[in-house]
Amino acid sequence: MTATKNPLGAIIVDDEQLARHAVRELLSAHSEVQILAECANGIEAVKAVTEHKPALIFLDVQMPKLSGFDVLELINTDAAVIFTTAFDQYAMRAFEVHAVDYLLKPIGRERFETALAHAKSRIDKKSPAPRAEDLAAAARPPQQFLERAVVKDGTRVTIIPIAKLDYLEAQDDYVALASAGKKHLKQQTIASLEACLDPQCFVRIHRSYIVNLERVTRIEPYGKDSKIAILSDGTRLPVSRNGYVRLQELLDQRPRS
Amino acid sequence: MAVWRSRTDALMHPLLARSRLGVYAVAWIPLSFFLGYLLHAGAHLPWLAAAALAFPLCLVYQFMCLSAWYSCKSAPLEKTNAGRLALTHATAAALVSLLWLQLGKLLVAGLSRFAAFSDLSVRYTTAIPLLFAAGFLLYLLAVAYYYVILSLEASREAQTRVMESTVLARDAELKALKAQVNPHFLFNSLNSISALTSIDPAKAREMCILLAEFLRTTLGLGEKSSIPLGEELQLLERFLAIEKVRFGTRLEMREDIQEDTKFALIPPLLLQPLVENAVTHGIANLLDGGVVSLTTRSTGSRLTVIIENTCDVDATRARHGGLGIANVRRRLEARYGNETDMRVTADAGIFRVQLSFPLEIASVAVAETIHEEAAR
Repeated sequence: MTATKNPLGAIIVDDEQLARHAVRELLSAHSEVQILAECANGIEAVKAVTEHKPALIFLDVQMPKLSGFDVLELINTDAAVIFTTAFDQYAMRAFEVHAVDYLLKPIGRERFETALAHAKSRIDKKSPAPRAEDLAAAARPPQQFLERAVVKDGTRVTIIPIAKLDYLEAQDDYVALASAGKKHLKQQTIASLEACLDPQCFVRIHRSYIVNLERVTRIEPYGKDSKIAILSDGTRLPVSRNGYVRLQELLDQRPRS
Repeated sequence: MAVWRSRTDALMHPLLARSRLGVYAVAWIPLSFFLGYLLHAGAHLPWLAAAALAFPLCLVYQFMCLSAWYSCKSAPLEKTNAGRLALTHATAAALVSLLWLQLGKLLVAGLSRFAAFSDLSVRYTTAIPLLFAAGFLLYLLAVAYYYVILSLEASREAQTRVMESTVLARDAELKALKAQVNPHFLFNSLNSISALTSIDPAKAREMCILLAEFLRTTLGLGEKSSIPLGEELQLLERFLAIEKVRFGTRLEMREDIQEDTKFALIPPLLLQPLVENAVTHGIANLLDGGVVSLTTRSTGSRLTVIIENTCDVDATRARHGGLGIANVRRRLEARYGNETDMRVTADAGIFRVQLSFPLEIASVAVAETIHEEAAR
């Protein structure tokens, strides 16, 4: 290693200690890579990224609470990310589609070197990483919808189970997620989020609103053409004419309990 | 066995094969009376002469009509066009009927020796068109009858085939369910071994052996239709020991096994997918890990098994209808039918599967082997 090059800061994220150890051992042959932190879960990883600003991240896909994709969505970094996974056909397909480096566990030395070399050239060229939400959407098994939304506010990470969402409101490039009386801002368009939600539970009642059907208590006429939905906590949301059609279709399908 | 029998039957004459000739002969008696009536009314034969002709002729003709079966077999309704069908059977009917008339002539020649039937040969000649028509139609009647039999048989065979294929498909499905080892589990274990080789070679070897034993047992058990619960428990202990290496302190296990339930017979690998679920969907989703607990009880004539695990309070909703749980339910229902009682609950961070089904006890010999193995 020439002295002119800066050391490459890396963090290793995996919920299994043995798996982290395996990556550390593979990296030990590379003195130019400096391990800044090891993280046992996604929340630690988000903190470590903010704190250490690594250039390289080894990121496990299956982790409790926050998956590797969730972490990527939250860190908003230009670091090179190498995913590690044991076996997940959907995740692997997602990596291939979006040309992301990934390593299959157990990780072989040769394959590891190739991935590391790719990552280095990506860091040198400063080529942009693929969008995390595209990756996450591609990695979701067919017929499965989002189970949780992750929102970062400063350094705080909030995980909201989808069932606990009351409604979603579009605000320019953001979506406000309303849950239990609080609103959380997430940088995503309402249309792309709508595609990840179970259409049996969430309805787009208006250009700017998606509502959790469970929360709707009644719908009242409002003005000449439009209607208004009243949620269980008293929130009033506008319903467009098309939105009302969609809402009624869904309510007709559901047996009244 | 069933397939073999139905195929031979199909080749043989239905009346000859199933000794139904008696019924067949009885069915011809009214036809004999009818023919006698025809000869009397249509060809003006005296009653006695008509009867003397009709009964022997019908007796002979019923055997001649048995031949219609073979022409029906050779010209299946669905595969032969209508023209050929009509031609085949009309020709056969005409030929058989003509042959019958010749036999009738011989009969008449015999009968003419008696004084009572002296003018029979003259009268017979006038009756020939009528007899030919009767023979022709009777033959066609036989043809129709055989076609009905053939289609009934075909539909019955199709039904058996459908039933057999359903049974085979279910067998294959169950076999597949039993033999499945989650690839995720396998790769993760290999990854742990790979990491251990440099940190703790002895532990790596131990884990290799655990994994090999687990796989061997899994493969072996798939062949059996039932195993003592004790054997399944050994398998679960190995499985959890392997997962323990992976998860470390995050995985804790508790067992509360009523001693005599170890001899209860259960379908092999029934509990393994549930314990695996408890680890991969329960423990693996918890930052600080949790507990998997296993309880067995025998109450009177039933065996109850409870598998519980700590789980993420927020993530339980998606787990209710898991594929693994649905498979276990299907297997139990296929085996115990209405006697199956399976309850899945998720409450306050505890995911719980409770199974209850009829208790069957392994024979003494099997029980002893388990004791020995346990002692070792």
